[in-house]
Amino acid sequence: MPPSIEVQHLVKRYKQSERNAVDDVSFTVEPGQLFALLGPNGAGKTTLVSILTTTLTPTSGRASILGLDVATQASQVRREVGIIFQNPSLDLNLTAEENIRLHATLYGLYSFRPTYASMPEAYRQEVIRLADIIGLGGDIFRPVKQFSGGMKRKLEIIRSLIHTPKVLFLDEPTIGLDPASRRNLWEYLTTVRNGNGMTVFLTTHYLEEAEQSDMICIINHGKVAAYGTPDAIRTQLAAQAYLLVDAADREGLRAELKQANLPFEETPKFKISLANQNAHQIIQRIKTPLSLVKTYIPTLEDAYLSIVGAANE
Amino acid sequence: MSNLNTILTIAYRDLLKFMRDRPRIVASFIFPFVIILFLGESLDASIGQAMGYDFKLFVFTGVYTQTLFQSAMLGIISLLDDRDNDFSQEIFVSPVSRYAIIVGKILGESLVAMTQGIGLLAFGIVIALISDSDISISQGLSLIPVGFMACLLGGSFGMLILPKLSSRRVADQIFPFLILPQYFLAGVFTPFDNQPRFINALAVISPMRYAVDLTRGVFYQGTEDFSRIVLAKPLLNAVVMMGMFGLFLISGTLLFVREERNR
Repeated sequence: MPPSIEVQHLVKRYKQSERNAVDDVSFTVEPGQLFALLGPNGAGKTTLVSILTTTLTPTSGRASILGLDVATQASQVRREVGIIFQNPSLDLNLTAEENIRLHATLYGLYSFRPTYASMPEAYRQEVIRLADIIGLGGDIFRPVKQFSGGMKRKLEIIRSLIHTPKVLFLDEPTIGLDPASRRNLWEYLTTVRNGNGMTVFLTTHYLEEAEQSDMICIINHGKVAAYGTPDAIRTQLAAQAYLLVDAADREGLRAELKQANLPFEETPKFKISLANQNAHQIIQRIKTPLSLVKTYIPTLEDAYLSIVGAANE
Repeated sequence: MSNLNTILTIAYRDLLKFMRDRPRIVASFIFPFVIILFLGESLDASIGQAMGYDFKLFVFTGVYTQTLFQSAMLGIISLLDDRDNDFSQEIFVSPVSRYAIIVGKILGESLVAMTQGIGLLAFGIVIALISDSDISISQGLSLIPVGFMACLLGGSFGMLILPKLSSRRVADQIFPFLILPQYFLAGVFTPFDNQPRFINALAVISPMRYAVDLTRGVFYQGTEDFSRIVLAKPLLNAVVMMGMFGLFLISGTLLFVREERNR
């Protein structure tokens, strides 16, 4: 079984640009994985998504979806993917149902019919089912311009799934949504993913969304800055983990730490590196009564900022 | 079947959008009515008598065709609006032929233009009745198919220009330069004769000229005004229009897809 997505030495340089928007990027996404592509604004994320969804041609290198080349087998690739673009791509003058119908007929699921009533029974049942999932009910027959941002996003996701794609691209899908809409949308996506085992390719600025992914790729200035599982990427910053302790008897604690040969830094609290030992072992060796015990373990966000920051330097 | 599905789907969307856009419907009718009513009447009073034929009908056939040609041409610009609103992404990532999408777009904008055309025809009938013109029903009906051909040509001409336009603002600046000269080169308001050689040369490459002349050729067919008004045989105009349509459609689509993907 070919990988869901395979990118090899991909390069994209826009016309009249002096640098590559995507610069020798390679990675693989296995079937069923949730893959997160992270990077600051202008890192090349949307360019990469545009190439993988066949709306942009690469300058060099190769990319394939389910073994199909995005440059030479674009039409077949389009059948296999669903896309939620960074900016909403609904026709605001049409109703939600008309947007779904337009998508369904363009993807060849049904023949063109000018009205909902003239569509086959199967389609009408599907639309009612989707309207219930989205929580729209009869509003599915109202113009999309009357919908909230969260509703529009959810409608786009439902629309993109109606042709049952094997790979779903989500380009910053929750941008501009309030926390409740974001959570609601992820719950729905998780349900869909669990149901059909679809591969999801996500670009996002929200690190907590990327935490759920199987693999992460961080790009900066078009280049891969880090690639691996969330744990592996966090582990790169293991040396930055530390234990923070303090005591009423600070003199006693200082002497005890020196005696136990535990290197520390006074900030002014006592900061002890967790690079080669764990917090429990250290605390067991301290007899002075402690007034403060705090551990700091780098998060994915710390790792991301560190990686992107280092690349910028 | 798949391409037909795409063409109908895209075309219907444009028609639906037009039917829901009341200000656009009203605006699209007012301009040609004003032109025919005031300009036609004025020209008829000043030079119509000297021409020896009903000048209001001459202007009507010209404005009718020009309106349809221009409406379909400008309608194609809505692809730029779709691009600005990001809706074009949804269409262009679907697994359908790019040609089918563009043909659907041209058909849709042609149908939108034809709704205006039908209104204009009704208006023309009123003019004919008022001015006691000797016009048959078949003459009036003959304007429908040739009007539709003018729409298709206008749409394909818009498609040829579109790939080089980066935004709606640029389109709004460029299109008057492409449209206004054609009013005169096509003889929309005044007869096109006794022109300098370079004007004649420009007229030969003006698509609107063939559409206007075809309309008049069909409309005046079998009347004594035919030889005084019509420049070329209707069949020749029709053949040239079909050739231009194919050329504009293929090259416009190729350029558009290339510009979109090879940014």
